[in-house]
Amino acid sequence: MELITPSIGLLFWMTLSFLIVFMLLKKYAWKPILNGLKQREDNIESALRSAKEAKEEMARLKANNEDLLKEARNERDLMLKEAKEIKDKLVSTAESEARVKADAIVAKAMEDIELEKKAAVNELKNQVAAFSLEIAEKVVRQKLGDQKAQSDLVDSLVKEINLS
Amino acid sequence: MRITQGLFQGMRSFRFMILVMMVFSLGTIHASSENPEGGEESVGDMIMHHVLDSHEWHIVGDLTIPLPIVLYHQGQGLQVFMSSNFHHGTTAYNGYAMGSHEHIVYENPDGTINEEETANIIDVSITKNVVTLFMVLGLMLYFFISAARGYVKNEGKAPTGLQSFFEPVVVFIRDEMARPVIGEKNYERFMPYLLTVFFFIWIGNMLGLVPFLPGGANLTGNITVALVLAACSLILILVNGNKHYWQHVFAMPGVPIPVLFILTPIELIGVFLKPIVLMIRLFANITAGHITILAFVALIFIMGEISPAAGWGVSIASVALSVFMTFLELIVAFLQAFIFTLLSATYFAAATEEAHH
Repeated sequence: MELITPSIGLLFWMTLSFLIVFMLLKKYAWKPILNGLKQREDNIESALRSAKEAKEEMARLKANNEDLLKEARNERDLMLKEAKEIKDKLVSTAESEARVKADAIVAKAMEDIELEKKAAVNELKNQVAAFSLEIAEKVVRQKLGDQKAQSDLVDSLVKEINLS
Repeated sequence: MRITQGLFQGMRSFRFMILVMMVFSLGTIHASSENPEGGEESVGDMIMHHVLDSHEWHIVGDLTIPLPIVLYHQGQGLQVFMSSNFHHGTTAYNGYAMGSHEHIVYENPDGTINEEETANIIDVSITKNVVTLFMVLGLMLYFFISAARGYVKNEGKAPTGLQSFFEPVVVFIRDEMARPVIGEKNYERFMPYLLTVFFFIWIGNMLGLVPFLPGGANLTGNITVALVLAACSLILILVNGNKHYWQHVFAMPGVPIPVLFILTPIELIGVFLKPIVLMIRLFANITAGHITILAFVALIFIMGEISPAAGWGVSIASVALSVFMTFLELIVAFLQAFIFTLLSATYFAAATEEAHH
């Protein structure tokens, strides 16, 4: 029975000292310990979080850079393409222009040649007419008895005509 | 929770084992009481003397440290003197004498007990357990205030010394008991109490296992100490009990009214039974451990009295068993602190739980 009978003295001291120590520990030990632990955990957590954020930021920057690079490359390609187009256009217009000009020149030359030719033919006609008249005149002037002599004369006259 | 359930089961079987051992060893002591030499009574007394509180601290042989006797005697005021004045209970001092079980009594001049005056004495002596209590509390103040200083001094740095020794335990109590059991919302409120109770029981248990001077007292296995601890838990449950908790005690929702006439008294008894069980568990486990170890040691002397050869023979087994028991008690020291804290936490959890159905 003695074992399970609470004693007043111990009850008094236990209650008093346990409560005092509990209050003291609560204020001077558990509070700083728990706060310290919590603070440290928060610090670690925020450090981890900011590390993660930095990593994400870096990945983002890298992606950005890549995007920029890609954009620049695209722009360059586009510029090159445009330049090429412009060049091609220029060349083709120049070519067609030149062709038109050349055609015009050729056409004009043809025309000139045609004109010259016509003039030459006309002149030739005139000459032939003149020669014919001359021949006729000579034929007429020589009294031509015989047919043979007349033909020979015409032949000689024709031979005389120098077509130059 | 599975771990704790496993632990409970482990505890149950372990306690059963202790009980068996206790019965066995007490049986041994009892068997020896048939011994005509009369050494049997002294063995039982020796064990009880070590398990119970005392007005003097027995060290070895006749060497004892006297402890102060503090009496509040109604009408006579406060009486303070050393227990050495009783000469181990053989003589009276100023009318006060040591009666049975070291209870202080008031004696008439003729040496008979004055029952009337004895009833007026309130004994608040600094007994062996009170000294141990102060030591435990002093150690706690020293340990944890130094550890707390570490958090201020080493802020942002790794813990050192006492701080690093206790930190895992504090984190264990917070993250394995309070937080999962009570819940994120309320656990912080109970942390100071849970930590205080855990370390008080643990350090008290460990000190009780030290067989020489600073230890040896059965502080945490004392019913009064267990009673105060359980009462603190009860008060915290009652103070923190919310509407939901009281509703479940007095009028369990969804239960027909006639059934409530049976259920409510049971629930009401349960409110008080929980801390009572906490008290008995702590008291019985620690006291049983002390008794068992002492019984194994006593076995040597009982056998030695029958024949020296038997004493030497038994001593080997006894010492081995005592060592084994001491190691077990080291586990029990932690386990009991753990169980008391965890169960208190579950009761606080029940008291602060929000309605969720």
